Amino acid sequence: MDAIFLQFLNGLDKGGAYALIALGLTLVFGTLGVVNFAHGALFMMGAFCAVTLQRLLNISYERVSETETDFLGKPLKEQVPYLQDIVGTDTAAWIGDYSVPLSIFLAIIVMGIVGVIMERGLIKHFYKRPHADQILVTFGLAIVVGELIRHYYGANPIPQSAPNSVSGSANVGEWFGLGPNVIYPWWRLVYFAFSATVIFGVFAFLQFTTFGMVVRAGMQDREMVGLLGINIERKFTIVFALAAIVAGVAGAMYTPILPPDYNMGMDFLVLSFVVVVVGGMGSLGGAVLAGFLLGILQSFASMQAVQNLIPGISQIIVYLIAVIVLLTLPRGLLGRKGVMED
Amino acid sequence: MEKNVALKDTTLFFGFAAVILLLPILLEPIGANYPDLLQKIAIFGIFAIGFNILFGLTGYLSFGHAAFIGIGSYMTLWSFKLLTMNVVPAIMFSVILAGVFAYIIGFVSLRRSGIYFSILTLAFAQMCYSLAYSVLTPITNGETGLQTRAIRKSSETSLLDGDIRIIDQAFGVQELGVPTTNFFGMAMSGYTGFYFCAVLLIVCFFIAQRITRSNFGIMLKAIKSNQNRLNYTGIHTRPYLITAFVISGMYAGLAGSLMAATDPIAGAERMQWTASGEVVLMTILGGVGTLVGPVLGAGIIKYAEQKVSSWNEGILESFFSFLPETLQHFMANLGVLFVGEGWHTTLGLLFMIIVIFLPGGIMEGIRRIGAKFSRKKPEADTNAAAPQPAE
Repeated sequence: MDAIFLQFLNGLDKGGAYALIALGLTLVFGTLGVVNFAHGALFMMGAFCAVTLQRLLNISYERVSETETDFLGKPLKEQVPYLQDIVGTDTAAWIGDYSVPLSIFLAIIVMGIVGVIMERGLIKHFYKRPHADQILVTFGLAIVVGELIRHYYGANPIPQSAPNSVSGSANVGEWFGLGPNVIYPWWRLVYFAFSATVIFGVFAFLQFTTFGMVVRAGMQDREMVGLLGINIERKFTIVFALAAIVAGVAGAMYTPILPPDYNMGMDFLVLSFVVVVVGGMGSLGGAVLAGFLLGILQSFASMQAVQNLIPGISQIIVYLIAVIVLLTLPRGLLGRKGVMED
Repeated sequence: MEKNVALKDTTLFFGFAAVILLLPILLEPIGANYPDLLQKIAIFGIFAIGFNILFGLTGYLSFGHAAFIGIGSYMTLWSFKLLTMNVVPAIMFSVILAGVFAYIIGFVSLRRSGIYFSILTLAFAQMCYSLAYSVLTPITNGETGLQTRAIRKSSETSLLDGDIRIIDQAFGVQELGVPTTNFFGMAMSGYTGFYFCAVLLIVCFFIAQRITRSNFGIMLKAIKSNQNRLNYTGIHTRPYLITAFVISGMYAGLAGSLMAATDPIAGAERMQWTASGEVVLMTILGGVGTLVGPVLGAGIIKYAEQKVSSWNEGILESFFSFLPETLQHFMANLGVLFVGEGWHTTLGLLFMIIVIFLPGGIMEGIRRIGAKFSRKKPEADTNAAAPQPAE
């Protein structure tokens, strides 16, 4: 029972990441009609926003220490971050500690700009092209982004740490009366809460704002919205930027769980595409549902008992589910009629 | 008219065969006439031709063809380990096994079309890749990769570390250490290896040409241009698609087998989906739906890979030495992104540029230039060979 509950929790944060990526992917697909193979790269760029912020905060100069000396009695040279001089030691330490959550703001700005540039510069020209062309051009872009990251940040994963206050483990079992063995890292709980908030925010934005209404109308019938005198292309840019931001913040917050490297985008891309297809192309609810579902199933499949029963299942469960779902429910779990039916 | 096409095909075929066989001489001026690279060009040429039978003719974009490469490689290695170092049985088994897998995967994936088909094939390829690294390690030897070894001394040694080679042993072949792969005594390395691959490439080209011109090939093109209409006419398209998928899978299996035959080691990284992406790029770069295009694309990519990844900052500095010094450093620093380790950046950019500006690939470019210079419009030819972006 404890183990099952733990695996369920394990699935939640992974599922949260899948859901956030898939949400943007399906949003772009549903409105713009573009299959974006570079969406994983956007997730990775978000993760590297966190890395960049941490590096920026640590830019420092060298000065002669006033208090400490080395073993010969000479004053020791020490590295002092500029930040420390600007805001003072305590605040600097606090900012450094919270660099990952703070990187969300950097990610929002950077990813927003990237999203707009990408849509205006590249994606715009591919609205009318076949899906195969869209897949190929964004695939090429994903390779380029990944390689540039590798060039500037190196090939090794760069670990990021969660803030001290949430770096330990939560005794989740106690909350639910399950005994003391059920402990779980705080940060993963935070991530789950964060992803739930973002998902809720995106849904609320689409449901309760005029802009969201136009976007939803665009998902239903793009041509009609255009005929009603709404500049739908302008909205498309914003939708794409929104999707990029969602992927970006998902990536930035994920860094303490998985140290980012240049391959991260590709790994998550394949999985999140599977998520979108299982959930149903162009269905936002489906993407979220399938994201959590696959995340949880994946973590259950990695349990030892299951592994003994069916060896290797944890590696292929996601793909297996995708195959089964696509063959039995061609539209995916919550797919709408008329979307992507050739 | 009919005769004209046949004559054109024969000319094309013999021209192609001559060019491939003369590659070592033709490529000498650009310094690409070493066997290793030539073998790769021929092998990836086969892979790309096979991929084009599916993607070029039917428009179904598979993102999982690397799986067949992997299957072919592993099967070949096992044939070397268990039966004989002769490549003929190895190739036969690999092609058959790849065909069987292609049938299974195709049977399932071809129930859907468009992007769903791409995702399904991708899912299957990723499954193969993950399994090769995890559960199937007794067969694939995991990350180390499968290799040929010396004959094992005792039956307790695992088959991964010692081979048995039943047929070779029955014929009393003397082995010193790990033997090389051979084609009835001719070692499959150097130029022998290249000519072996080249002959197979020409055979494959011939088969592909026949397929394209046959009724079957025309049916495949019809599927690409309008599958619904075919269905309404009462034609069941699935068997045609499955056949095309199996054929292209067998081509990929052959390519994988040849990779293992010229360099007897097989690893799962050959099955990664970026490898599938590479063959898509080759086909697109050369020209989707054309016969020569994919081979041309494979040649260019493999040549560029070899060259570009061997460059480094020093070479760039000397290349830009005609510029003023600051500019020279700047250009060299910029260029270093794209050479050496950064070869994939170049590949990705190339990918984008081709898709954006020249969806028909190089063959389309040649045709456009040709059309500019010749007055008369070769109408029949444009219909047959015009590579349309696939849906």
